[in-house]
Amino acid sequence: MIGLSAVYTLAGAVFAAIAVLSARDHGNPKRWANAGFWGLFAVSFLFGDRLGDFGNGILVLAMVVLAGTVGLGIGRPATTAPEERRVLAQRLGNKIFVPALAIPVVTVIGSFTLKNIAIEGRSVFDPAQTTLISLALGTLVAMSLARLLLRQKVSAALQEGRKLMDLLGWAALLPQMLAALGAVFALAGVGEAVGTLAAEAIPMDSRFAAVAAYTVGMALFTAVMGNAFAAFPVMTAGIGLPLIVMKFGGNPAIMAAIGMLSGFCGTLTTPMAANFNLVPAALLGLEDRYAVIKAQIPTAIAVLLVNTVLMYALVFRF
Amino acid sequence: MLPLLGVAVVVLGFAARINPLLVVMSAAIVSGLAGGLDLTGVVSAFGKAFNENRYVSVTWLVLPVIGALERAGLQERARDLIVGIRAASVFSILCSYLLIRQVAVAVGLTSLGGQATMVRPLIAPMAEAAAEAKLGPIGGPLRQRIRAEAAAAENVGLFFGEDIFVAIGSILLIKSFLEQNGVLVEPLQLSVWAIPTAIVAFAVHATRLFLVERRLSRSIGAPVHEKARA
Repeated sequence: MIGLSAVYTLAGAVFAAIAVLSARDHGNPKRWANAGFWGLFAVSFLFGDRLGDFGNGILVLAMVVLAGTVGLGIGRPATTAPEERRVLAQRLGNKIFVPALAIPVVTVIGSFTLKNIAIEGRSVFDPAQTTLISLALGTLVAMSLARLLLRQKVSAALQEGRKLMDLLGWAALLPQMLAALGAVFALAGVGEAVGTLAAEAIPMDSRFAAVAAYTVGMALFTAVMGNAFAAFPVMTAGIGLPLIVMKFGGNPAIMAAIGMLSGFCGTLTTPMAANFNLVPAALLGLEDRYAVIKAQIPTAIAVLLVNTVLMYALVFRF
Repeated sequence: MLPLLGVAVVVLGFAARINPLLVVMSAAIVSGLAGGLDLTGVVSAFGKAFNENRYVSVTWLVLPVIGALERAGLQERARDLIVGIRAASVFSILCSYLLIRQVAVAVGLTSLGGQATMVRPLIAPMAEAAAEAKLGPIGGPLRQRIRAEAAAAENVGLFFGEDIFVAIGSILLIKSFLEQNGVLVEPLQLSVWAIPTAIVAFAVHATRLFLVERRLSRSIGAPVHEKARA
C-alpha cells in the first residue's frame, strides 16, 4: 500500500538534492550551513522512523542551532532574467497555466478518488492519507507537464526549488516545530492551566458575560496556542458546556460552531500560526515578517465582535 | 501555573523578534521542565512530536515546480492577463479570489488554493499588475502592502469557508468532543450555523479591501508620486 512513507521518501530525496546543490554553491558564503540544514531535513524525512525519539530531538536541536546561531544564507542559482521571462511568457502563452493548475486539480480529484482504487480488494493508497498522497502526485504530474510543454529540466526545477526554500529559510521549519511545541505544551498541562486561569479571572454570572468570555477566550487562547483545535476542548469544557449550555440552556451546535470560528479570528492574529501568517510573508519576500498579520487584524477583531453578538442573539433562541 | 512560563517565553520571544526556531525550542524546554519532565525527556518528547508531524512540511514539495514555472515566466503571464482587463483593480481581483476561495472551500475543495500554489505565483502578481495598470508605477512599500493583502485574502477565505463543509477536520473535532461530553449534534447543524459568520467575514473583508483600494489610489495620486516610488 502506498502511504505517507512514500511521500516522505520523495520529500527526503528532494531535500537531499537541495542540500547537495547548496554545498556546491560557491556564491553563498554560508553554503555549508544551508547544506547542513536541508541535509538534516532530508535525514528526518528519510530515516526519521529509525532515529528514535531522542535521536529525532537531537536532529531538531541541531537544525535550530544551525538556523538560530550560525544563520542560513540565500543561494542564488543562475536563473532567467525578468526580460527573458517576459519574452518566454509571451511565447508560451496560457499553456504555462496548465502545469500550475494541475497541482490543485490533481490534488482535489485524488483526494476524492484515491481511496476507491483497489486491486483484488486491497486499497492501493492509504485511505487515511489521500490528500497528502494526492498533493505529491499533483506535484509529479505538474513537473512532467512542465517538462513536456515548457521544456523545463528537472535540475532547473531543483535549483529553483532551492532558491525558494532558501527564501523561506527558518520559516520552512517553523510550522512543524510549532506542531511539536503543541504536543509538549499538552504534555506539560498548559491547556488546563489556561482554562483554570480564564474560569477564575472572569465573572460569568450573566448570559452575555458567559458568551463574551467564551468567544473572546477562544480567540485569545487560539492566538497563544496557534491552533483553534487546541483551544476548543479546553474553552468548551471550561465555559461553553457548563455555563452557556447547562446553566443558561443554550443550543450546543450554535455555541460550538460560532465558538470555533471565534478561535479562527485568533488564528489570523498570531505568529504562532506560522504556516498561515509567517510563511506567506517569507514566500512573498515581505520585509516585515508580521505584514500579513497586520493586514488581517482589523478583519479578525470585527468578525470576533460580530460573532459574540451573533452567538448571544442566536444561542438562547434555537 | 508553572507550565505557563513556556507561553510567556513564546510571547516575549516573538515580540522581541528573536529567531522563532530558538523561541519555540526554548519554550518547549521551559514548559517541559516546569511540567515535571527532565531535559532528556523534553528533547525526546519534542523529537517524537516533530517526527510525527513531518506531514506538515510535505507542502514544500510543490516549490520546485512552482519555481520552474516562474523561471518560464508564470508570474509575468499572470500579469499580462490582468493588464488586458480594464475593470481589474486590487479590490476586484482580491475580492473575487476571496469569494471563489470561500465558496470552493465551503463545498470541500480545500486544496484549490494555497499560499505557495496560488498566491505567490498568480494572485499577488495579478493584484500588483492591476494596481500598476490603473495607478501607474508602484513603489516598494505599496507593493509589499498589496502582497500582504493577497495572502490575507487567502487566509480569510479559507478559515471562514471551511466550516460550512460537513466533512472538514474542525467539524469532526467539534462533533466528537461534544459526543464525549454526552451532547449529540449532527455535522450538518454545525455547518449551517457556520454560515452567518461566513457571510459576515466576507462582507467585512470585502469592505476592507475596498478601503485599501481607495487608500492606494490616494497615496499614488500625483503629489505623492515620488514618495510612493521611493
